[in-house]
Amino acid sequence: MTSAAETRSATTAAEEGGAGASGGAGRRVRDVGASGAGRLAGGRGPRRRLADAAASATMVLIGAIFLVPLLWVVLASFNTEATLSVAWPDDWSLGNFRAIWNAETTFRPLANSLLLCGGATLVTMTAAVLCAYPMSRYRFTGKRPLLLTVIFSTGLPITAVMIPVYSLFVQVNLVDSMLGAILFLGASSLPYAIFLTKGFMDAVPMEIEQCAWTEGAGIYRALWSVVMPLMRSGLSVATIFTFVMMWGNFFVPFMLLLSPEKLPAAVTLYTFSSQYGQVAYGQLAAFSIFYSLPVVVLYLFMGRSLGTGFAAAGGVKG
Amino acid sequence: MSTPAAPATRRSEPAATAPSPSSPQSRGRRRRAGTVLGDRLTLARAVPMIPAAVLLLLFMAGPILYSLYLAFTDSAIRGEGAADTSVVGVENFTDALTDPAFWNSAGLTIVFTVVSAVIGQNLMGLLLAILMERAHRGVTFVVTAVVVAAWILPEVVAGYLLYTFFAGDGSLNAILSTLGLPTQDLLYTVPIIAVAFANVWRGSAFSMLVYSAALSGIDSDIHESAAVDGAGPLRRIWSVTVPLLRPAIATNLMLITLQTLSVFGLIFIMTGGGPARQSQTLPLYMYEQAFSYGQLGYGTAVALLLLLIGAVASLAYLRLLPEEEKR
Repeated sequence: MTSAAETRSATTAAEEGGAGASGGAGRRVRDVGASGAGRLAGGRGPRRRLADAAASATMVLIGAIFLVPLLWVVLASFNTEATLSVAWPDDWSLGNFRAIWNAETTFRPLANSLLLCGGATLVTMTAAVLCAYPMSRYRFTGKRPLLLTVIFSTGLPITAVMIPVYSLFVQVNLVDSMLGAILFLGASSLPYAIFLTKGFMDAVPMEIEQCAWTEGAGIYRALWSVVMPLMRSGLSVATIFTFVMMWGNFFVPFMLLLSPEKLPAAVTLYTFSSQYGQVAYGQLAAFSIFYSLPVVVLYLFMGRSLGTGFAAAGGVKG
Repeated sequence: MSTPAAPATRRSEPAATAPSPSSPQSRGRRRRAGTVLGDRLTLARAVPMIPAAVLLLLFMAGPILYSLYLAFTDSAIRGEGAADTSVVGVENFTDALTDPAFWNSAGLTIVFTVVSAVIGQNLMGLLLAILMERAHRGVTFVVTAVVVAAWILPEVVAGYLLYTFFAGDGSLNAILSTLGLPTQDLLYTVPIIAVAFANVWRGSAFSMLVYSAALSGIDSDIHESAAVDGAGPLRRIWSVTVPLLRPAIATNLMLITLQTLSVFGLIFIMTGGGPARQSQTLPLYMYEQAFSYGQLGYGTAVALLLLLIGAVASLAYLRLLPEEEKR
């Protein structure tokens, strides 16, 4: 019952840690705590407990259904005889992992993914932080329309612009260029990254920068050594979010990259079945695990603040 | 849609709407407080925005403008229109609107969006968010971890996982037959429903996180007093929670609709749009026309029609927003 409130306070607390306790955030944490306590003090009758138990039971049921496909990929990866159905392996084996443990199948696609998504994340976050700073710190006419344009372009379905992008890339000879794919992927994530970054930057009070300014620091210096350290947690949420979304993206590299030696894991996984003739489901599962591992690790590393950060930025604030 | 700008407005508006320079006191104060920051944007101060502006103009605005030209040409990968492209006016659009395959895809896109996003993800997210408030903490922790894991997995992996789930020899049928229930063959009989369920599996976490964040902002006293007044749990959800969540619901619906309209990889992996185009939503139709048949101009026209559907849906959701949120 209190978990949602706790998540909220946890993320706000995390924000505070980075941003140095702005008054508003602190007050919200206290409010949530107080109302939670009030509810506890109110006591819980048998009807209430029954309702709570029903809520738990429903959640377990939903969770079990959501779990089945995830269970399949884990169990099948250790089962060289894996079929389409989820099943406990008769003998656990690392055979599937051994079969795909080579440069061509696994390491090169993953390295390509890392190059593509890492490069694009770097492009996106550099441009986003630089762009968010003036938007957060200065007044100018057209600021609101500009912000609204940024917000609306976050909703632009990238799928719908891929044909003209492909067509343009053919004309300037950027198709099958890793740099071209990095720049496009970077640009396509930019509106959301600017929006997230600006939100986190707004939470950093300006007074501290003003000190830096009076001591003669330029704007880049102030941004780099004052503002960015203070919004560290927000920046890591934005960076990891950007990276995770790019890592899962299939359509962009599918359209823009052609040579087998340049393809990232998203695309080679699609060609996985055709590559080997008959589909080896165990190997497909093992490769899926390798491919998913980075984002799962990042998620575990960032914990709930990542998820709540996304949603807060995407839904509640937006 | 105005809330995201709230922090910015709070910061900048007092300055903008402050008692105008007529009062000498306020002018002096402002000059001292904001000699550098909170000041007006000058050309030199806008320099950091250049990289983002260049990227967005080249790779986003450019292609969008180009698509407005491309959609009116016979541009193609091969054959006529490949060597020399010529403007053909609205021919691509009239072709699309008279092609039964286009209408099939448009219909499937709407079914897919309504079933998987507006109903599926939205209600599943809301249900999970409400249950989270009540369920045992350990249960909530584990279940939300599973639901969010489904969301962060790469699209292609999700496609394969849900394919194995719904396949004839897949997990769902194994479970159904263990329970003595009749088995299903959704991937062949109604593939659009199979991919819609897949999209619910993949996307519900987003709505859940949005709603749980919004719910945690609602004062629980309101629920207490509604309960004291004798409102049952369902009644409380309908008459208290849902109206308070209205802004969150409208923005969430808009975001998940736009995401769902453009889903490509999930369906492409699971069914490839088949069998017999029964799950070919507009993005897959667009892809087929542009790349399998090489009709870039026609594919772009279809993409613009897809954008039009998204724009119409967004406008509809904006009407859902309470007046004070629109500003």
